[in-house]
Order: sequence, then C-alpha cells, then structure tokens
Amino acid sequence: MRCELFFKTASELSSLLDSGELRSVELMQSIIDRTQAIESRVGAFIDFDADEALREASESDKRRESGEARGPLDGIPVGIKNILAIRGRKLTCASKILEDFVSPYDATTVTKLREAGAILWGSLNMDEFAMGSSTEHSAFKQTANPWNLDCTPGGSSGGSGAAVASGQAPVALGTDTGGSIRQPASLCGIVGLKPTYGRVSRYGLAAFASSLDQIGPMARSVEDAALLLQVIAGHDHYDSTSLDKPVPNYRDALKAKGPWKLGVPKEYFGEGLSDEVRAKVEQAIAYYKSEGCEIVDISLPHADLAVPVYYIIAPAEASSNLARYDGVRYTKRSFKTRDAIDMFFKSREEGFGQEVKRRIILGTHVLSSGYYDAYYLRAQKVRSLIRHDFMQAFNEVDAVITPTAPTPAFKRGEKTDDPLLMYLNDIYTISANLAGLPAISVPCGLSSDNLPIGFQLMGKPLEEGSLLAIAHHFEQAHDFKSMHPSL
Amino acid sequence: MKYEAVIGLEVHVQLKTKSKMFTRAPYYYGAPPNTLTDPVVLGLPGTLPVMNKEAVHKSAKVGLIFGSQIAEVCKWDRKNYFYPDSPKGYQISQFDQPICIGGAVEIELPGPSRNVMGEHRSVRLTRAHLEEDVGKLTHGLGESLVDFNRAGAPLLEIVTEPDMHTSEEAFAFLTSLRMHMVYAGISDCDMEKGQMRCDANVSIRPAGTMELGTKVEIKNLNTISGVRNGIDYEIKRQIRCIEEGEAIVQETRRWDAEKSRTTSMRSKEMSHDYRYFPDPDLMPVKLSKETVEGLRSELPEFPYDKQRRFLEQYSLPFTITSVLCPDRELSDYFEAAVAIYNNAKSIANLIANDLLRELAEAGSHGSLPLSECKVKPEHIAGLVKLIDEGIISKQIAQDVFIQMFKTGHAADVIVREQGLEQTSDTSELEALCRDIITNNPKPVEEFKGGNEKAINALKGQVMKRTQGKANPKVVDDVLKSLILN
Amino acid sequence: MTDETFNINYLAQLARLELTDEEKQHFSSQLGDTLEYFKRLEAIDVEGVEPMAHAFPIYNVLQEDVPSSTFSAEEVLANAPKSSENQIVVPKVVE
Ligand SMILES: [Mg+2]
Ligand SMILES: [Zn+2]
Repeated sequence: MRCELFFKTASELSSLLDSGELRSVELMQSIIDRTQAIESRVGAFIDFDADEALREASESDKRRESGEARGPLDGIPVGIKNILAIRGRKLTCASKILEDFVSPYDATTVTKLREAGAILWGSLNMDEFAMGSSTEHSAFKQTANPWNLDCTPGGSSGGSGAAVASGQAPVALGTDTGGSIRQPASLCGIVGLKPTYGRVSRYGLAAFASSLDQIGPMARSVEDAALLLQVIAGHDHYDSTSLDKPVPNYRDALKAKGPWKLGVPKEYFGEGLSDEVRAKVEQAIAYYKSEGCEIVDISLPHADLAVPVYYIIAPAEASSNLARYDGVRYTKRSFKTRDAIDMFFKSREEGFGQEVKRRIILGTHVLSSGYYDAYYLRAQKVRSLIRHDFMQAFNEVDAVITPTAPTPAFKRGEKTDDPLLMYLNDIYTISANLAGLPAISVPCGLSSDNLPIGFQLMGKPLEEGSLLAIAHHFEQAHDFKSMHPSL
Repeated sequence: MKYEAVIGLEVHVQLKTKSKMFTRAPYYYGAPPNTLTDPVVLGLPGTLPVMNKEAVHKSAKVGLIFGSQIAEVCKWDRKNYFYPDSPKGYQISQFDQPICIGGAVEIELPGPSRNVMGEHRSVRLTRAHLEEDVGKLTHGLGESLVDFNRAGAPLLEIVTEPDMHTSEEAFAFLTSLRMHMVYAGISDCDMEKGQMRCDANVSIRPAGTMELGTKVEIKNLNTISGVRNGIDYEIKRQIRCIEEGEAIVQETRRWDAEKSRTTSMRSKEMSHDYRYFPDPDLMPVKLSKETVEGLRSELPEFPYDKQRRFLEQYSLPFTITSVLCPDRELSDYFEAAVAIYNNAKSIANLIANDLLRELAEAGSHGSLPLSECKVKPEHIAGLVKLIDEGIISKQIAQDVFIQMFKTGHAADVIVREQGLEQTSDTSELEALCRDIITNNPKPVEEFKGGNEKAINALKGQVMKRTQGKANPKVVDDVLKSLILN
Repeated sequence: MTDETFNINYLAQLARLELTDEEKQHFSSQLGDTLEYFKRLEAIDVEGVEPMAHAFPIYNVLQEDVPSSTFSAEEVLANAPKSSENQIVVPKVVE
C-alpha cells in the first residue's frame, strides 16, 4: 500500500526533502489538506495558521535550495502542545483564563525548533493546564481518538497524540508530568518519550508540577522521536533544573543491537491491568527474550504508592504554580468585582475548569498549616523510596519493561467525574516522573476493538539513547508504524 | 506604674545589584513605570527563576559583618499569598534555612550632648533571609495602579531579637544598620527610595518584669521620622490601653504618618497560612569555606571600629569622628590626606568644616558627592602644609580652599599666582606697626596697663592693612617689643 | 497522619476561588475520598528518609549579575485587562 505523504515519518520526509523529490511547501499543503479534511472529527488543534505554516515551509525550501538546510527537521512540521510559549501566538493551556494571552516570548524548545528549521505547526489541544488523562478537560474542545472517535486519545497531550496518529502532523511536542506523553501515545498507537528530568529545558513550558514536568517528542517511529529529542535536548541557563550534560547522538544510538537485560516488575502486572494489554506486553517481552535479551523478574516494592505520592506532590506544586493566573497582568479578568481581592476570586472562579479547581483545592489542603508534614513532606520522603527502588533495580538491569496504561483507550465521558478512577490511568507512568527517569511508550499491537496498545520502557537517568535503541529493535521487527487509523 | 517597651524590628533592605534576583532584567531606582521587566519578572506562564550570584554573596556578607552564622546550604521556599503587586501569587523567600542565623549589630546611643559620645551596645539578630521584592502599588480613588519595576529586586529581610526599648534605640539600630550596609556596598539604604523599609513589633510590660506583653506589629514605618513617631505613638497607645483596663490585641497596625497614629489593619485574609514549601524551580546553594573567606576579605573596616581607631590614633575629638566615620568615603579621604601630610587634626578640621560646607552648597539635590569634588586629598594635605609652614595664614587658607574647590588647582599654585604668601619681613612690618601704635594710643595704654587682650585691636589693624598676609605670630612679637621697649 | 477534616471554605479562601455551593459539595466529597486514598502512605516507615525536592539536585546554579534586555511598557501592557499611564489598573486594594 502506498503510504500517503501525511503518513510518512519525519525521517522519510527528511530524505525526500534532501533528495529534492519533495518540497516542504508540498508536504505542508498535504498536511493542511489532511487537517482540513478530518480535523472537525478529530479536534486535535486549538488553533493553526495554514498561511504562516506555508510561509515557513517556503523559507525552508529556499534554505535547502541554497544548500543551507539546518538539519533533518528543516521543513518538517512539528505540532506544539499549547502549553509551550511561542512568540506572537496564543498560549492558552486549554484554559479559559488564558484564552486571550499572546506570548511575547519563545520557550527554549521552540527556539531550538526554529533554529533547526522546523515549521511550528499549530497549537495542539490538551487537558486544561495538562491536568487530566483524556483531554476531556480542555476548556475549548474535545479531542477524539483517531482509532475510535467515541474514545478519548488519552491525555493530557491528547491533541499531540491524535494529530500524529491521524496524519495531521508527522511529529509533535507533548509534555509529561505523570504520563501525559506516554499514555496518549499508547492510546493513539504512536511513540512517546518522556526524557530524564532536566534533559530538556522547561523554560517556556507553563508549569503544572515543576518537579515532574518534562517536554518530549511524540512520533510515529522511534527514529522520529530520536530526531526530535536531538533538537530539543540540552542544557539551558534559563532553567535552573536543566542538566549540564553532553547530548549524545540519538540516531546513532539506535544502532545498538543489545542484547539487553530487561527487568519485569511484578507490581506492574497485578490487579487493574486489562487482559488484552497484559497479553500484548507479555508478547513484547517474549520477543525480547527470543532476541537473546535476559528477562529478570524484579520488584519495585513502593510502586503502589506512586499514585498517592503523585497526587499530593503534583497538586501541591500546581496550586502554587497556578496562583499567577489572577486577573492582574495577562489572564482574563472578571470585571464584576468590588475590589482587588474580589477580582481574584471571581476571575479564577470564571477562568478555571472543574479539574483544575479540584486539584488547586487538593494542593492547597496538603500544603496548609497543620497538614504539610503529614502529606507533602511525607510524600517527598516516599518519593525518595520510589526512586531508590529504581536505582536498586538498575544495578541489575538496563531497563524496566511494563505496560504504559492499564487499558486501551476508554470512552469519552466514562471517567470524567471520578477523579480517582481517572488518576489510576497513570498508575504505570507516574513513577518515572517521580524518580526523574526517562521512559518511552512503544506501540505493540491492537486490541480486539481495534484500539492501540503500548508498552513502556523506563531507563537509567540520561539513558534515552538506550531506551530508543531497545524500542527501535522491537519496532524494526513489528510493523506497527505503518498501521494507521482509517478516517 | 512605670512601663517598659520591648521592641523588635524587621527591616527589608534592597540589595545593590545591577540585575534582579532571578533574571537579568536591570534594576535601579527611578525608571519610568514598567520598563524594568521581562517575562520572568511578570511571572508569565513558563518562566523560571535563576539565582543571581551577587545577591547571595551580598547577603552572606551581611552575615559576616554582624557575626552571624552563614548557612552552609541555602534553599528557597515559596511563600504563597495573593496580592496585585506579587506577579506569581507567591514570593520566593527563605523559610526554615535562612542564609544568616544570629549575630548582633553594634549601635551608638546619643550622648548627653552633641560633642560627647553616647553608650555603645549591641542588638541581637534572629536571622536574615534573602527574598524577592514585589511591585509598587499606587492607590487612586476606586482603582490602584501597578508598576512592576521593583518586582524581583533582591531584598534581605533582617529580623532582630526584641532587644530595644525606646524609639531612640530603634533609630540608632537603623542608623547603624544603614551605615554598615552602605560601608560594605551592600545597599544604599535610602528610605525615601524604598531601599530600606521597617516594620516593628512593639509590646509593653511593667518596668522591671521579664515576661513579654502582647505584641503588636507596626507596618509602614518607612521614613526616619516614621520609625520614631510610630513607635512612640504605639508605646503610648498601649500604655493608655492598659491603664484604661483594656487588653492589648495581638494584631497588625499601620502607621499613618499624615494622621500621626497607628490604625488596625483588618485584612480580608482570614489567616496567614502561607503554605511554604521548597521552590522546585530553584536549586540549593552551598557556600564553601573558600567562598565565605573570599567574601570576608572584601569587607571594609567597620564604622565603629574606625571611630575607635580615629579617636585613639589621631586623637580626634568625637565631634569630628562622628562626622568622618559614618561616611566611608569621607574617612578614607581623610586618611589619604593624612598619609600625604601628617597633621590629622588640621586636616580633619578642614574636611569637617570647610569641605563639607562647600559640598553642601555645591550640590543641587543634597550635597555634591565627594567623588565629584575637585579638591582631592593631596590638595587638602598641601593646603594644611602651607599653613603649618607659615606660608599662608589660616584666614587666607579659607579663601584658598574655596578657590581650590572651584578650580581644582593645588593650594601652592593658587598662593603663588595670587601672591598670597604671608609677610614675615620684620623691617616692613616694623614700620607699619610703629604707624599703628602712634595712631591708636588707647589700646596701647590699656595693654601697658596690663590688659593683654588690648593688643588684638592693634593686630587686627595690621592684618587689615596687609590684607591678611602678615604672619600673626610675627605681628604679635613686633607689636609687643615696640610697645614694651 | 492527621484526620481528614478539612474546611472547604477555608481552602477556597486560601486558593482565591469563589466556589459555588454545588462545587463546594462536590469537591468536598471527592477530596474526602482522595484523602482516604492517601491513607496508605501512613503505613510507610519514612524514618531517616530524606525528602526529595528535586529529581537531580545540583548545587550552585547561579548567574552573574549582568543586566540584560527588558520589555517596553507597551509589551508589558499588551495582555493586560486594563491599563492607564503605562501601569496596570486593578480595582481598589482594600487592606
Ligand atoms: Mg516578614
Ligand atoms: Zn520579607
């Protein structure tokens, strides 16, 4: 079957551009056409500007013609989750409170994409302030899972997941605080990588939970994820938590052949895991075994505490991070107010959605006088224990393999009003954020309902290269990347 | 009953850095509204703080000046509260690990008269922590205006123990604090410019008792007179309350300088639950021994130590040391002049009187800064030397000084060019003196009659006729020998 | 651990959220459930365990005190809901 242009991977497109068989403008037009054809059903974008994208594409073509192409991403459209600041464009975080905010500055990742010649293609939908696992908490629109329009694409980077899966962008940036890249990647049948905390600068990423947030690539192939990570990774003096460590060549890292020692933590295969997901992940594990990898049963004894620890730390940090949205400088203001304090109350009441309010209340409680030690401080200590478990495991194994999400995509509306049930969606992904580890979700099959399933690999700090290699090895033998939803 | 007040102060001092605490936007006083900001200052979504090294170092220096313990590891915490001047809805501050712990500030109380040094004692510090400033609100009728220029400037909050008992002591504390800060280049501490702001905790108790009374926090003591008047008012108010049988309420009151009273601040905030937690965006700072010792080596001699040295080494009177020593530049200037010509007393007098007078007159807003003064220490030294060598009289020296101040020329050049040297030629003087004795029989008789002072009238005439150039000592000798022989 | 009595009005006040009665009721019950769920942390022995504030603590991330560029007042006010005289206007601040 001839692959449509809009379903080709970034690396394929990049070679076509390099050989002169394709011009960026043609590519961009094909993606715009695709978007105009299906976006009303998918709803991946909060906003896009076709003219601007075509203009950027034609500039890229000029660079290529004059031999000044800036690298493999030059002329490739990259979708951007609308939580990253792009100068001159709206930065809404899918929230009413930022509906009119136009960013006067670029996020560091955006600057790096510009420098690489990438086309900043559209602003992608998400859960409001990245709080959610289904993209149903966007203040603006619902995003459908391209594999089944009644299902959610996962979240919070659901717009990124849906756009990449449906051919509306070859690659996209997502952000991941507790699984928000990996879970939608898994539910949409694509690759999603959350880098090591500090590997990618957070400057320009509107903070949800500062000690957990990371920006990462979402792509239709492991190689594409490597290409995108290559551009965005590296030290940034605007981010104090950024790691000042050299960035390896991730494309070269894909050549590693293993065999690897993979740990299978029993805690990740217990109650709550759907049979279909279990079966597919076990098949993946079996594949690695057949390739000569050593599979080691391990234990991460504090794994079941990750969700409560996360739902203390993340809302606590969020309650503080979201205090700046107060109606004074750039957020929407309620004008039906008596005085400044009243303005705070009403602007925030009108501007924030339910999930955001819920988490602000929770976060405020766990930090409040008399509760701090019992909740926040204790959670930080248990967080140490969770990291310790992983560090112990990595003395023995190269990476840990687990499911990414407990189930394939779920129906829209199914979990919106049961926060605890929704929170359990992140049960396998949260630990990597708490421990600061790199983790990748890789497609490994379809459910009986034709919904994608992914598995997760978690690695040692800064070992994105190994994770990409292990994932690439699997991908080479399984043709999931040419599997596309029919729309 | 007699009451004793117990006073503790919280002083915010703006550190003198070129850029802000967490971003490189510049900060200085007096810029047009909202022109010293950037994405970080405004707290735009996605922005992150990066610590200014100089702010940390200056804070540590404050600890070194006052003998505080410097924290080996500093971390920063978020103090969460909403206010229109606070861009992030939290202030980055230090909660449980302040950069400076303990220490004491030496203060000088007023003496019984202006020329007698008062008692020195020390006020203990609880802590000092580094935090960011907020913007500036200007209140209009139904609305307020916000200027974020000041937001994010580094502030050091210095908290004292309740070691003071009068507004005089509180004032002396602020004076000493400011003097030390300016000396070490840490802050200009100009209260008018908001570079030093003061809140006070005031309570009273029966004199002689130890137990602390209910304390009231007084805010907005932001001028020198505000500190004195606000504290005095509050002490009186509390005494009156107690005497009228009312209980003192633990509360925050605001000093209203216009109405000269404190009023209760009934904030809408139900309670102050600041939900402090470590700022995840900032990394801890370790101050190594070498760093701390390096900072210590940059500290100047402290003002009161210098005053003690000046009193002893140069035998200067307190009236002079109290003028020279609080000003680091001026006292350095003095010592530079003394190093060139060793007459400390005359040099000090010339500086404390003539130089300061001329600087005050020359400046348009306050005194002309010493750095802009054309008279350099070598000029002062040269002038005193000319007096000491009898080349010019003290009277002429005054004129020479004024010319030096205007032109920046050396004293000897001015004296030479204008022929201002004293006349010590006795034959010329003798003729003049004879003439004056002949024409003024009355004072001559009085002098002969035993009134020593009567000779001054004759001397004055001689000086007048020589336009001050006669050497007074020589004139004295000549007159006496002519009258008595 | 503390008992999970919380005051939704107090929390809403601290968070500057003017919640509707319905929201208050809703959030209260959900917060109750969530805090109940957190109880599993009580059983963990955290004696002597360092709290983890950063994934990878790095010391002394400092910048030199060199001033850089600034926004113009126009850029500051571009997104402001209300402004006048190059300043942001807010309703009266009551102390
Ligand atoms: Mg204070
Ligand atoms: Zn303070």
